[in-house]
Amino acid sequence: MKIDRRKFLNSLLGIGGIGGIISVFYPIISYLIPPKTTEPKVSSIKAGLSAEFPTNSSKIIKFGRQPVILIKTEDNEYKALAATCTHLDCIVQYKNDTKQIWCACHNGIFDLNGRNISGPPPRPLEEYEVKIVKDEIVITKAG
Amino acid sequence: MIKNIGSKIASWIDERYNLEPLRNLIKHKKVPAHRYSIWYYMGGVTLFLFFVQLLTGILLLLYYRPGEDSAYESVRFIVTEVKFGWLIRNVHSWSANLLVLFAFIHMFSVFFSKAYKKPRELTWVTGFILLVLTLAFGFSGYLLPWNELAFFATKVGTDIVGVVPIIGEPLKMILRGGEDVTGATLSRFFGIHVAILPAIFTVFLVAHLFFIQQQGMHEPEKFKNLPENKKKYIPFFPDFALKDLLFWVVVFNILIFLALYFPWELGNKADAFAPAPEGIKPEWYFMFMFHTLKLLPAHILFIEGELFGILIFGVAAVIWMLIPFIKIKQKHGWKIQPLTLIGILVVFFIAVMTIIGYLV
Repeated sequence: MKIDRRKFLNSLLGIGGIGGIISVFYPIISYLIPPKTTEPKVSSIKAGLSAEFPTNSSKIIKFGRQPVILIKTEDNEYKALAATCTHLDCIVQYKNDTKQIWCACHNGIFDLNGRNISGPPPRPLEEYEVKIVKDEIVITKAG
Repeated sequence: MIKNIGSKIASWIDERYNLEPLRNLIKHKKVPAHRYSIWYYMGGVTLFLFFVQLLTGILLLLYYRPGEDSAYESVRFIVTEVKFGWLIRNVHSWSANLLVLFAFIHMFSVFFSKAYKKPRELTWVTGFILLVLTLAFGFSGYLLPWNELAFFATKVGTDIVGVVPIIGEPLKMILRGGEDVTGATLSRFFGIHVAILPAIFTVFLVAHLFFIQQQGMHEPEKFKNLPENKKKYIPFFPDFALKDLLFWVVVFNILIFLALYFPWELGNKADAFAPAPEGIKPEWYFMFMFHTLKLLPAHILFIEGELFGILIFGVAAVIWMLIPFIKIKQKHGWKIQPLTLIGILVVFFIAVMTIIGYLV
């Protein structure tokens, strides 16, 4: 097979051109993807004194970088759940009249065990363990 | 005296760059006059509002400081301390809303008058891209004051991107500048809003205007079929241009009225560890999509409801953009053209979903 000079040079130029384009765009695309930040792994946190936490109320606690909703039910039982709605990332709140967890963004409702019972959320909220150590509330990541 | 200097400058330029084509254009450009002529002004007023955005945006840029600890504070500074800062910000916010409104009116008027048909297919496509870019302007600009509403709107909006298969997750990371909506997201949105979008927008805007200039105004079917002597035209300069200007002045007055009597709230500063506030709503032009997503069940067939909704909206948008290339054969006995019917259904769907979204 005979390849003439022009064809040979054109394909060389083509390959070189593609290489040139890749060498410009590869760094740009890589630059756009943010580097992974290493953060200290949090396995448990203290969330204040049990005696100071009113019955039938809730608060949002920082669990590392994750928001966790801590609820003290009417029966003085503690529940800790991931506060990020499984639908579209909004932060949920406890409704003390209906005793449910509610997301204001798209009307998603979860029960106190984090199960998605109505609205668009596709998955339950992740559960955290709550222990009372010397009257202090300690939240631990389950598993 | 001034006229003399003016004509001297003109002839100086003319001698070097030949202004004859420009003079011819001004002399001969004309616009059809008929009972639907009013719709010709919608695109122009959208362009006018874009210029208002450009000017007020540049002014806001002089005081705005992006960043988790400075964005909200700087906007508060603009509206409370800077002289007429409140006015500039209110005009920017209101003008953004009017711009989207007129862009929609412009689009639907073009759609229902079938002005997108050959040879104006690319005018429609570039126009649609400009609308999408306008919505992106709205979405990215909404976050910049870094308040509660904006924070959650951005969380939801970027999370929606994340549900798209394969490319969704990396795209979400690129948009957010990390896993969550943080100061990094704010920096990116700022860059997107003030540099990337304006650059892309300018390219499509120039193309859009160039196409219109090349082909002239679209003439409706009925007008085209009139005998030549019955067709009425008005000159673009000065008749149409002055009418355009009059409409701009009217809209400008409405804009100032809104900015003065309905100031834009700043709200509370964003807090990543506070629940989404009750009654949270997106900007009105995203409401129909927002409410549709709200109504969808968690699962449709095998896929998550939101993914289903987003795929449907995505496909619908692409079809809408390619409408000039879609041909549906008209059967005898149909009183209404199928595409017109689809257009009416689209407008009806958007209107109903928007209204329900505000009532519920």
